[in-house]
Amino acid sequence: MTERQPAPAPTKRELFLGFLKLGAMSFGGTGPMTRHVVVEDRKWLDDAEFAALIGLCQALPGANTCNLAVMIGDRIGGWSGALVALGGLLIVPLAALVAIASAFAELSRLPDIRFAIAGAAAAAAGLVIGTALKMARTLKIGWRAGAFVALAFVAAGVLRVSLPLTLALLLPLGLAAVIWEERR
Amino acid sequence: MKDDLLASLFWRFAAISLVSVGGATAVLPEVHRQLVEETGWLSARRFADLFALAQTAPGPNVIAFSLFGWELAGLAGLAVVTVAALAPAGLLAFAVSRALGRAAQSVWIARLKAALTPLAIGLMLASGFLLTQAAGRNLPALIVTVAAAALVIFTRANPLIAIAGGAGAFVAAARLGLA
Repeated sequence: MTERQPAPAPTKRELFLGFLKLGAMSFGGTGPMTRHVVVEDRKWLDDAEFAALIGLCQALPGANTCNLAVMIGDRIGGWSGALVALGGLLIVPLAALVAIASAFAELSRLPDIRFAIAGAAAAAAGLVIGTALKMARTLKIGWRAGAFVALAFVAAGVLRVSLPLTLALLLPLGLAAVIWEERR
Repeated sequence: MKDDLLASLFWRFAAISLVSVGGATAVLPEVHRQLVEETGWLSARRFADLFALAQTAPGPNVIAFSLFGWELAGLAGLAVVTVAALAPAGLLAFAVSRALGRAAQSVWIARLKAALTPLAIGLMLASGFLLTQAAGRNLPALIVTVAAAALVIFTRANPLIAIAGGAGAFVAAARLGLA
């Protein structure tokens, strides 16, 4: 009657608490923290499964961690598991966001706070640029990929082309280039 | 009037959600194009300030969009933008995950990812470019931006250090009469 399983299936409560931890503890994007919580801490996926799911999330639209929460939540607890995981991930960040925004709205008349926000904005711009360059370095971008980095930058940053149009033009070209590179 | 704004926010962010390859930072130029350039709902400066403020909260970067909703329409705006930015992409992820089951590795997913990653990096650089322009073209801003980028590239330090350092540096510079 009793089925022996290698590990007890995680409950929705554990699912919620795991993603709560991930949401509450990851600053400046969730990337590095996600693997730690999902693979090492909670052992929901092994490294190969994690790599496959993250790869899938990166190929789909939407925030990677939110997509991952939906997929892991669904595997563990069906559609309600997906909602539980997503809710756990977002509840602390959204509450923190409202608290921070309210506090700054009150304080923004102070000159020091205005200078502080200007400094934070300059730093945030640097964080975005640094993250992009780090990704480029980690992936060892070659000529093909480098050309598409440049094309996307010029389309979105300089020419201010809409994103749907940018993707409609560059994604088929990018796929063709990837396939061409495979066949050489 | 406010219902019109909420409906407009919903449809704009729902559409953005479906093209948000590379996540929130990669679609930031498109959000900027719509909220700053097309509708004029936010100034470029306010847009950059709110994005920076959102970086001080934990969690995925997509909550920066929630903060834009909060700024434009209060709690209802926050709720509407959060749901709109998450639901379409979330439903697609749900459907794809079920369709593929455990066979999440296929040659076409690998190809799609290989094609999308450089585009996402280029879009993120465009985000950084727009945010740098909004943060002001002065020497203190440039120094803080370069230092924050270097922190991410060369160390594994918490990005909050860069935000706090930038804020502190600007307050100090203002107090010393340098800015």
